[in-house]
Amino acid sequence: MDSRDELLELLRENARYSTAELARLADMEEAHVEEVIADLEAAGALRGYQAIVDWDELDRERVRAMVELNVTLDRETSYGDIADRIAKFPEVTALRLMSGDYDFLMEVEGDSMSEVSWFISEKVAPIPEITQTVTHYVMDAYKENGIEFGDGEEDDRLSISP
Amino acid sequence: MTIEPSERVKQVPPSGIRRFFELAEQQEDIISLGVGEPDFSAPWSAREAAIASLEAGKTSYTANRGKLELREHIAADVEQRYDLDYDPEEEVLVTTGVSEGVDLALRAIVDPGDTVAVAQPAYVSYEPGVIFSGGDPLAVATRREDEFKLTRAVLEASGAAGADALVMNYPNNPTGATMTEAELGEVAAFARENDLVVLSDEVYSELSYEHEHTSIATLPDMRERTIVFNGFSKAYAMTGLRLGYAMGPPEVIKAMNRIHQYTMLSAPTTPQYAAIEALERCADDVAEMYNQYNRRRRFVLSRFEEMGVDCFPASGAFYAFPESPWDDSEAFAEALLESEGVAVVPGTAFGDGGSGHLRVSYATGLSDLKEALARFESFLS
Ligand SMILES: Cc1ncc(COP(=O)(O)O)c(C=O)c1O
Repeated sequence: MDSRDELLELLRENARYSTAELARLADMEEAHVEEVIADLEAAGALRGYQAIVDWDELDRERVRAMVELNVTLDRETSYGDIADRIAKFPEVTALRLMSGDYDFLMEVEGDSMSEVSWFISEKVAPIPEITQTVTHYVMDAYKENGIEFGDGEEDDRLSISP
Repeated sequence: MTIEPSERVKQVPPSGIRRFFELAEQQEDIISLGVGEPDFSAPWSAREAAIASLEAGKTSYTANRGKLELREHIAADVEQRYDLDYDPEEEVLVTTGVSEGVDLALRAIVDPGDTVAVAQPAYVSYEPGVIFSGGDPLAVATRREDEFKLTRAVLEASGAAGADALVMNYPNNPTGATMTEAELGEVAAFARENDLVVLSDEVYSELSYEHEHTSIATLPDMRERTIVFNGFSKAYAMTGLRLGYAMGPPEVIKAMNRIHQYTMLSAPTTPQYAAIEALERCADDVAEMYNQYNRRRRFVLSRFEEMGVDCFPASGAFYAFPESPWDDSEAFAEALLESEGVAVVPGTAFGDGGSGHLRVSYATGLSDLKEALARFESFLS
């Protein structure tokens, strides 16, 4: 693995590693770590660093929905144009063009079901190119971004072994 | 009456690890860098294959030598990775861990009074294995200045020329040392000149970080005199499933199987299904664990360097073997455990060659490693 891939893998595992830690783990100079990361950011390859939160553990309601969107295109309007318009809403946390029965899969997040429903029916559905929306509310999350939300596997190894 | 243990058993002291284990168990909230097995679980698809085999009712014995399908996979795998060429029908024996394989080999080749040289510091079971088989162990202490590699000089100095067999283990537990093909060449020449059978425990072969692993059996004229041991415990994180294999010329595998068929019958069945899946489909899981270990290795080595603790650049398995800051490594390890709640294993547990050193296992998550080494550092000051 080259140093760029190594750093990407480390950051994807834990974006909070400090530069000093990254340097140790990847066996690189700190200055080189900073340079590679700066290059990746400048190239638009590294787009952000975020926390993965299990809201259930916080007694705080976060409502999320996956919304299937169907659209019609015309000579002037491409998928990209429609996507730009939808992606601007802060409520939209992810937007992907899909193969299969519908065009976009949009993820929406809000504080309540009514807020999310209102957003979809008042802000998204009226967009002229959108012909249909099908909303699926998330009921529970077991794994997000590669992180399992269970209690984890207990370390039951002997404390000292040969 | 009381049942008297045999002289052979009395000859073998309880493992030095055991005493440390008991000390560690008395203390709460310790961080252990004393564990000799992976902190990962076996790859999920291998576990699933084991579950599926149970659901399908695959609970009978297998062939003595192990399922042929598994032996075929093993032969193909070692051929591809290490250029080893063994016939799955006659030259591969599936065992209950490398542990059983080494025991079988010693019992299959050692006669009373035979001398078996054991490179040290070493995994704890070789010397007792030699004694249980009626032989006399001869310690060959490797040295810090050779980065704990086996050299002609230490073999000669220890009188190994007069031995009948040599047990070696690279990548090594407890030192983390590895040997390149060229370095193994010296050992191979010594073995040929002195007509030694070589028992090569290569259970950490997948965990070599600085160069590709070479099996000594691939060196000129070594195949005929070498028994290679490998298994699923380390690379596939399957320690508790107890599965390994031995490879060697047909006569010796046949002799080992003679013992195995009476004492074990066959290696456990469920893990054999897991192992087939592991060889077929778990290369990515192995690579991922390898990367994690390698990062931790760098982390540990660079922290010791920062602390001014002498630690040779371990390049295999999941151990670092720093010099003990106090001459008495047992006293140091005990004090570290008591005052900082950090467990490491004193090098003396692995034979004389290990004295003055500590085995630090990095089969532990990075956050615990960080914390443990911070405590190590504060203990020093
Ligand atoms: C060098 C070495 N050989 C063999 C073993 C035991 O392997 P298995 O689980 O295959 O019996 C270990 C386990 O710690 C080891 O470190």
